[in-house]
Amino acid sequence: MTEPFIQALNVGKTYGQDRILERVNATVHQGEFITLVGASGCGKSTFLKMILGIEQPSSGELLLNGAPMPNEPGPDRGIVFQQYSVFPHMTVLENVVAAKGFQKASLSGYLFGKEKRQARQEASEILHQVGLGHALTRYPHELSGGMKQRLAIAQAVIGKPKILLLDEPFGALDPGIRADMHALILDVWRQHKLTIFMVTHDLKEGFYLGTRLWVFDKLRHDPHAPNAYGASITYDLPVGATADDLYREIDEQIRPTPIFNHHSELTETP
Amino acid sequence: MKKLINYTPTPVNRTLLGLLPFVLLLLLYMASSEARLAINPSDKLLPSLGQMGDAMYRLAFEPSRRKGELVFWQDTLSSLGRLGAGVGIAALFGLTIGLLTGALPLLYSFLAPLLTVVSLIPPLAILPILFIIIGLGESSKITLIAIGVAPFIARDIQRRTQEIPSEQLVKAQTLGASTLQILVRVLLPQVMPKLIDAVRLSLGAGWLFLIAAEAISSTDGLGYRIFLVRRYMSMDVILPYVAWITLLAFLIDYLLAALNKRLYPWEGKA
Repeated sequence: MTEPFIQALNVGKTYGQDRILERVNATVHQGEFITLVGASGCGKSTFLKMILGIEQPSSGELLLNGAPMPNEPGPDRGIVFQQYSVFPHMTVLENVVAAKGFQKASLSGYLFGKEKRQARQEASEILHQVGLGHALTRYPHELSGGMKQRLAIAQAVIGKPKILLLDEPFGALDPGIRADMHALILDVWRQHKLTIFMVTHDLKEGFYLGTRLWVFDKLRHDPHAPNAYGASITYDLPVGATADDLYREIDEQIRPTPIFNHHSELTETP
Repeated sequence: MKKLINYTPTPVNRTLLGLLPFVLLLLLYMASSEARLAINPSDKLLPSLGQMGDAMYRLAFEPSRRKGELVFWQDTLSSLGRLGAGVGIAALFGLTIGLLTGALPLLYSFLAPLLTVVSLIPPLAILPILFIIIGLGESSKITLIAIGVAPFIARDIQRRTQEIPSEQLVKAQTLGASTLQILVRVLLPQVMPKLIDAVRLSLGAGWLFLIAAEAISSTDGLGYRIFLVRRYMSMDVILPYVAWITLLAFLIDYLLAALNKRLYPWEGKA
């Protein structure tokens, strides 16, 4: 294997009194597709936000290519959120062209002349690829949920990031549309040689997509102080070789038991 | 028998129902005016529609004896010019301050408390200060309008900017956008329709400050004329002028709303 791409060394995260993550250790190589599963509030989204750069570890170290992870979002790490990922005031084509414009170090990010033509050409190609070729002039509010996510993916990919972060990207979509999106994301992953981290609630999705599955859960639990201990990666599995009984065990684990986790269900940690 | 709360008028009925109060008020006025004039033909309090028409015809189409201008149109032009300049300056200022403080937390901490305090100063109370400092000319009237509505617009734009989902700011950064590019491409276009809405809402206050300033110090303008002819109890001029101001206010509001819809078709749609 090559040099480690991303490394988590004893990473922990606390918000005030609440410990969200503790002792997270992991090594990721370029080109891996990792799905993060876990119950609500288990810190999987927090971990994603640390890679994104909008949250920093409270303890331990998170390294990118051996250097500390940047403390703000940057063009090497693309993101697709569950919603609000696209710009509502731009058409589909403009959304992607704008992404090209942002890469240029100009004051306004507007493109002109030849550059603009090139960007439009490139944007339109990638939009055809994700299946939005027929909707170039539509505004996001005229798109379905699935089409919006296709646009968000196209937008993220045209920026040529090394890492693509997906925060429950298909959570709000119908099951049928989800299958199409899975095919799309696998296609994008292979074609652009991305390293993908995807947070999902759907364990099946985690086992179907990707090369590696992380389960986030608390190793220690104090019923009188539910937030005293943080979650960590309890399973780190290569996808494709998991026995059925282990699948069921994880499935039970990430499904919140109604009585104990009722509270944590309501207060999803950011 | 349906409950009252479930009765909704058809479109035609809705229009008729809306017109009814206008017609009733007009009829009431005409009857009262006729009754008073029957007792005293030189009564000035409730002039007939014909008398108002005559007075307005003189002001609108016969050059005045003193300066030879058409008084009504001159008044309208002066007032609209002052209102436009005042509200325009306020909009520009409000947009700049609102956008910057809404987008940049540092600037928010620096200016938001001041803005809150300034917005609490009753603008009419500082009118004498403006007269002392800037004099009695056009600029003091324009300044009063600008000072009167700018804090409202600035605070509204500030809030609107903060309401834009942070996902969009993060997304733009992952596409390589700089702070200035985010301001120009992501935030500014999205608050423009909000700015037009804020201007629409602040026009009522704008008219108030305009008429107050004109009443106190001016040589022309709609507010000036009303307060001038009050000395002669010329209700035949005052009433049509009030109706004209109302019509202007309605038209401006209507045009701004139409402009908003035309320029920003994506506005208000999720």
